[in-house]
Amino acid sequence: MSNEAAMHGHPEVVTTHEAHHDEHHVHHHKETFITKYVFSQDHKMIARQFLITGMAWAVIGGLMSVLFRLQLGYPDQSFPILEDLLGRWAKGGKITAETYYALVTMHGTVLVFFVLTGGLSGTFANFLIPLQVGARDMASPFLNMLSYWFFFLASVVMFSSLFVQTGPFSGGWTAYPPLSALGDASPGSKVGVDLWIVSMALFVVSSLLGGLNYISTILNMRTKGMSMTRLPLTIWALFFTAVLGVLSFPVLLSGFILLLFDRHAGTSFYLSDIYIASTQTALPNEGGSAILFQHLFWFLGHPEVYIIILPAMGIVSEVMSVNARKPIFGYMAMVGSLFAIAILAFLVWAHHMFVSGLNPFLGSVFVLLTLLIAIPSAIKVFNWLTTIWKGNIRFTPGMMFSLGFVSLFISGGLTGIFLGNSTLDIHLHDTYFVIAHFHIVMGVAGFFGMFAGIYHWFPKMFGRFMNNTMSYIHFWVTMIGSYLIFWPMHYEGLAGMPRRYLDYSNWLSFNQFNDLNKFISTVAMVVFAVQLLFLFNFFYSIFKGRKVTVKNPWGSTTLEWTTPIIAGHGNWPGEIPEVHRWAYDYSKDGREYISQTEPVTPDEKPH
Amino acid sequence: MSTTAILLFAILGLGFLITFQIAKASEYVGVLKGEKKSFEQSNRVNAFLMVVFLILGLIGIYWCHDLFYHRTLMPYPSASDHGEKIDTMMFITIAITGVVFFITQILLFWFAYKYQYTEKRKAFFYPHNTNWEILWTTVPAIALCVLVGFGLYYWYQVTGNAPEKALQVEVTGKQFSWVYRYPGKDNVYGKKYYRNIDETNNNQLGIIWDDQYSHDDIVTTEALYIVKGQPVKINISSRDVIHDVGLPHFRMKMDAVPGTPTTMYFTPKYTTEEMKKITKNSKFEYEIACDQMCGNGHYSMRGIVKVVTPEEFILWKAKQKPAYLQVFPDKDPANQQKSADSTKPASPPVAAN
Repeated sequence: MSNEAAMHGHPEVVTTHEAHHDEHHVHHHKETFITKYVFSQDHKMIARQFLITGMAWAVIGGLMSVLFRLQLGYPDQSFPILEDLLGRWAKGGKITAETYYALVTMHGTVLVFFVLTGGLSGTFANFLIPLQVGARDMASPFLNMLSYWFFFLASVVMFSSLFVQTGPFSGGWTAYPPLSALGDASPGSKVGVDLWIVSMALFVVSSLLGGLNYISTILNMRTKGMSMTRLPLTIWALFFTAVLGVLSFPVLLSGFILLLFDRHAGTSFYLSDIYIASTQTALPNEGGSAILFQHLFWFLGHPEVYIIILPAMGIVSEVMSVNARKPIFGYMAMVGSLFAIAILAFLVWAHHMFVSGLNPFLGSVFVLLTLLIAIPSAIKVFNWLTTIWKGNIRFTPGMMFSLGFVSLFISGGLTGIFLGNSTLDIHLHDTYFVIAHFHIVMGVAGFFGMFAGIYHWFPKMFGRFMNNTMSYIHFWVTMIGSYLIFWPMHYEGLAGMPRRYLDYSNWLSFNQFNDLNKFISTVAMVVFAVQLLFLFNFFYSIFKGRKVTVKNPWGSTTLEWTTPIIAGHGNWPGEIPEVHRWAYDYSKDGREYISQTEPVTPDEKPH
Repeated sequence: MSTTAILLFAILGLGFLITFQIAKASEYVGVLKGEKKSFEQSNRVNAFLMVVFLILGLIGIYWCHDLFYHRTLMPYPSASDHGEKIDTMMFITIAITGVVFFITQILLFWFAYKYQYTEKRKAFFYPHNTNWEILWTTVPAIALCVLVGFGLYYWYQVTGNAPEKALQVEVTGKQFSWVYRYPGKDNVYGKKYYRNIDETNNNQLGIIWDDQYSHDDIVTTEALYIVKGQPVKINISSRDVIHDVGLPHFRMKMDAVPGTPTTMYFTPKYTTEEMKKITKNSKFEYEIACDQMCGNGHYSMRGIVKVVTPEEFILWKAKQKPAYLQVFPDKDPANQQKSADSTKPASPPVAAN
């Protein structure tokens, strides 16, 4: 199917690309508010829908963390305002255990899936793939639209679960059965889990519809001359991300469906030998394995962290190269390391289960495979460092967040070497060390990639610039705050302090960090407030930001900057440009940059 | 809403307003000064802040270490032999990753500062260099071989089979406490079946009383008594959801999974009393922390480990009454003795020979 046909979705316009391009601009679709902003099939609008939904979730998820950090930082204080807000969930102004566990569970679910998967991949895959490969739209704009609306539906179901009487799911975002299977073991495991599973199932559908679309667009709809090795690294990263999602999300769904059967159909996939004290009954289930769920869950769960971090890596590579005014160092090594990470992502899941009673030999295989990931990761870090070496760096907000990403990726990546080594994992498993590790390397770094992307492509998305001063305040407070929050947590982890505890005051071994917990909670609130400043900057700039006056404000080589400042549906008014070179000809032959659309001159040195 | 909350929100709102006004003003100033000039100025400021961040960050790391290191478990010796291996591995890993951390972070922020935009400089077109890339593939690969090698060497020692002479203890997790069982004199646990669990009749574990081996099993919820210098094999199970036997001072951890028994073994090195002296904390206790989210009482699932000398252990064990006899007091020889005594006061002691 040609690009034009894909865009319009009318079988009668299936004509060849060449024959059609001249009259393209005369197509006038009557666009109503509904087709333009709500049920839009334009990838750029769908990207914005994903982004803004993701932002709404980020505020909710972030606010949840502020609430439970209040409890962790000030366990013996009461906050009457919480009772005003949450009612019986914060009786007497104190977060109850039930509320606390619901908050941490929802915080994890929302940020991992709805913000850093839906919000990150959904936004940038949709926005960048057609623009950077040179396509009018996705392979199937209709499925793309469905992908967003399934995401929206998943959001509605998840949000509604916050309001059920027995409370939302509260067994941790990993939803390990039997806790998640037995309503009698925890009130949060009553109807809250059912809604959680339904929402996640809808999310998986959304993710598959999107992922298949991304893959087919990248493979089939590149413009003339855009060979795979001329693709910007963003596209490579989004490509591997989509492959990971398509291969691993169905496994998660199967795990959830078995869980649903155990909950309601009397099956025993995960349940065995259980006596419930609250009802004084022994359950009839025998022969199931609770560990089976962990295998199914982490078969997605581990690739999931790469689903979050790969797009961020792609964005950072691109933004860094543009603003260092240098080609990305070792393009093929960057693609190769993305590929290696994508393969290894499927072979390391059991490192989350070293202390689950896993056979030690099997554990050792997973240690080896897990630590192998450090090699492609090291290649990426050194290549980024070499990219800025001898550059001419412009500290745009996007560039700042890219540099911040590399710093966080180093810090969080190195602690992964501790946890991936089963010997150390025995001590560190499920302590604050783990919290510190994955928040730095996946959470904050993922967010930094997302911020870099938002700041860098905001002019393309909305035709305006964001305010720089607010952007720099946003960067520095977030950067310093993230380290202040998560760096000291490593020490709590080395003290063996377990995660997911409401209160440490009754413990002799873990109550020595009261002052630190208070400090962390305070910084977390400041960092959250600064994210609100970012949101304000974002929405204010959509309407009032400084207008973009040139097509290519960053002096970038890639195709999206050859479209009009406000590109309509179809992206290029005339013919889709042809590509003649790779995406990274910066400062070559004494020229600032050479666009991908510029033919190679005979006397030009090959890179 | 309390007045402090209103005050806080007012301050927050005011802060936003001021920031916003400054941000808007600086944008206008930028336009007046010329885009290029204001860009160069903010670029210099941010480049400078990059290097400030690096230096303050390094000082911060030192300061943080100084503040918190002594509150972790690392300054004290591990309470088990396996823990010592894990600590050694920890220091090897800290050393290797620490070197990488400082080199890469310093390079990152230093390059950012050094190669900030100036009008004079042209960026160096340097798309790739195979030698460099081979270097930073092989060096990390070698470093990781070292880490994997040491890691697995210790891993197999820590997870190996417990020796024959090991003390046997069974730890069972339930919402939200721990139950400990010792196999008694015969050193064999009586069989149990979860449907026999009967809280009202003192059978928390579902022990099958018909099994002869169960008759001398000791069940307690007081504390996990183990012996200094004697390997202990802990058989772990759960009655309801997944729990985790976390022993931070011994650096050990193992999940308790319903339906799937697990084990761990280690040799305690210091008694509780000795550890009180080592940590200079007279209230010190070894604690068992549940490390797997198990419900709303997860944070309160605390157990105590008492490491005692062999002599103390014998004394303690002698004082324990087998669970069987607590359930069936009439089977207790002591009680029978008493009733026998009351009926036949004149008869000589049975156990005289």
